[in-house]
Amino acid sequence: MPEHFARCGVIRQELPPSDLGACFLMFDLILLLLVFLGTGLLAYRLIRRIPPRLHTPLMSMTNAISAVIILGALLLFSSPRSGWEAVAGAVALAAAAFNIVGGFALTDRMLHMFKDSQGSSRVRLNRSTG
Amino acid sequence: MYASIDLLVDFSVIALFLLAVRQFRTPEAAVRGNLTAAAALGLAVLVTVARSRIGGLQLVLPVVLAGSALGWVAAVRVNMVQIPAMVAVQNGAGGLAAFLISLIELLQRSGEGPAIQEISGLIGLTLGGATFVASMVAAGKLADVLKQAPTVLAGHLWWVGSTIVAACVLSAISVAETDRIGLFTVLGLLALASGILGVLVSIRTGGADMPVLISFLNAASGLAAAFCGVVVANRLLVACGATVAASGTVLTLAMCQAMNRSLWAVLAGFRPDTAAGRPQKDAAGFAETSPRSGTEQGGDTATPLEQAVEACRQARSIVIVPGYGMAMAGAQFEVVRLGRILSSQGKQVSYAVHPVAGRMPGHMYVLLAEAEVPYELLHEPSEINPLLPDTDLAVVVGASDVVNPAATQLPGTPISGMPIVNVAAARRILIINLNDAPGYSGVRNLLYDQPGVILLWGDAKESLQKLIDALERPRT
Repeated sequence: MPEHFARCGVIRQELPPSDLGACFLMFDLILLLLVFLGTGLLAYRLIRRIPPRLHTPLMSMTNAISAVIILGALLLFSSPRSGWEAVAGAVALAAAAFNIVGGFALTDRMLHMFKDSQGSSRVRLNRSTG
Repeated sequence: MYASIDLLVDFSVIALFLLAVRQFRTPEAAVRGNLTAAAALGLAVLVTVARSRIGGLQLVLPVVLAGSALGWVAAVRVNMVQIPAMVAVQNGAGGLAAFLISLIELLQRSGEGPAIQEISGLIGLTLGGATFVASMVAAGKLADVLKQAPTVLAGHLWWVGSTIVAACVLSAISVAETDRIGLFTVLGLLALASGILGVLVSIRTGGADMPVLISFLNAASGLAAAFCGVVVANRLLVACGATVAASGTVLTLAMCQAMNRSLWAVLAGFRPDTAAGRPQKDAAGFAETSPRSGTEQGGDTATPLEQAVEACRQARSIVIVPGYGMAMAGAQFEVVRLGRILSSQGKQVSYAVHPVAGRMPGHMYVLLAEAEVPYELLHEPSEINPLLPDTDLAVVVGASDVVNPAATQLPGTPISGMPIVNVAAARRILIINLNDAPGYSGVRNLLYDQPGVILLWGDAKESLQKLIDALERPRT
């Protein structure tokens, strides 16, 4: 069964469609559900403790994480695609890539603006000498 | 064996994502957390590419590069006031991707996959489409392309309800539909319904409700990704979707709590000022019976600016309360300059930041960080309120609702019970706002009529500049 289950999500394009349903066992679904609940609950507990001043960078970063949907877009291209499917898939890819790079870069930029009193005084010094 | 290694790799990547979230405690650690998350995402992509044979690289690579380049340019160029609009656009991009992936998968495997995947696909499609449209409307509002004020249709709730029912019916039909053309039509209609739902949810929020909408859409895009993960049977996608959904939920609840309104009241279409029209009138009536400007009482002939200068000179402890009006006037650098001048004179200066002072959760902290305020000077209302009775001067810049004592004094107004920065407790109050119009809630600010409050009306940037000039001039 484990063999079966591994191939299911990962290299499903190698299986004929009739096998797909059979291979997608109850086990997979339960595992996916557990992953969803487990990660969700853990993340919820961790995020509740994040101070408000980091809420904007947090949202910007989780936004970038939600662009992990790019995996779905990549998987689309693991089997041959007709014309319109390729176009729609390409749009999905571009949107997700935009979201990933934009999200992480923006978060980084924002976080580097936060400075404690020493940091900010250093910056001011640099400005006045430069 | 193959399976257990896969499982191990997947769970390691998921652990990395959670570690990234855990590192968001201090700004320094958060920089590392952000890099951790980026590395985890890179790993996830590598793992996926290694496991499946991704074809069409001549299409995939240029498209990914183009999207990345665009994302980079946008992230580097965006101005901090516009961060909420930028985040909304990125959110919409995630929603669009979820929508398209679900659509392609649904059309490809109609009827042959297990029902749960089909249903997940339908939810992913609807949620993704609605998130995309709603995010674009929100971004348009935040960027001032669309009208900021909320639009509420007659029977707005009814429309939302019937669109959801229509989406459910269309989903049920699509499961039964085997004909390709028929399926195409039904899914097209479902896409339309999800778009309408997105418009309905987003047009009716505006102004100070935007943080709730943005957080809510954040959670929705996470959920859409998680459902997509079920469709393509990818654990990483499901886990990341769950993380984002959790984060969006935490922030949505935090914003609702900060405004003392339920999520339902914000999203379902209860406009604050229609919900409590009468108390608002009372507040206005109160305004009419009291003198227009308290500062002109007691034979004090000094202009408000002179009074403000004098108050700043005399005060030894000062709390600055910025609101979104400050950001709209682009006055954050002037505010910070004022703070620096005052603290260089040996006065104790700190900043009080209300959770909903910006247009997204934590927005005001970023605006002040950009203006180089050391972050240990920024405080939440709960931290600053106990100190206010011992504060000589509270300086309000571009804020109304978040300092309005009506929230604690008057029952039945839209902001009653909302936690505020209680500047009324300070010994002196200086308000630098554009005009005496009420804030987003529509409740007149009781401070405007309180005797002794110094009111500097006009553009905050200009007012602050005059104040700074006067303070820097040697005393005559």
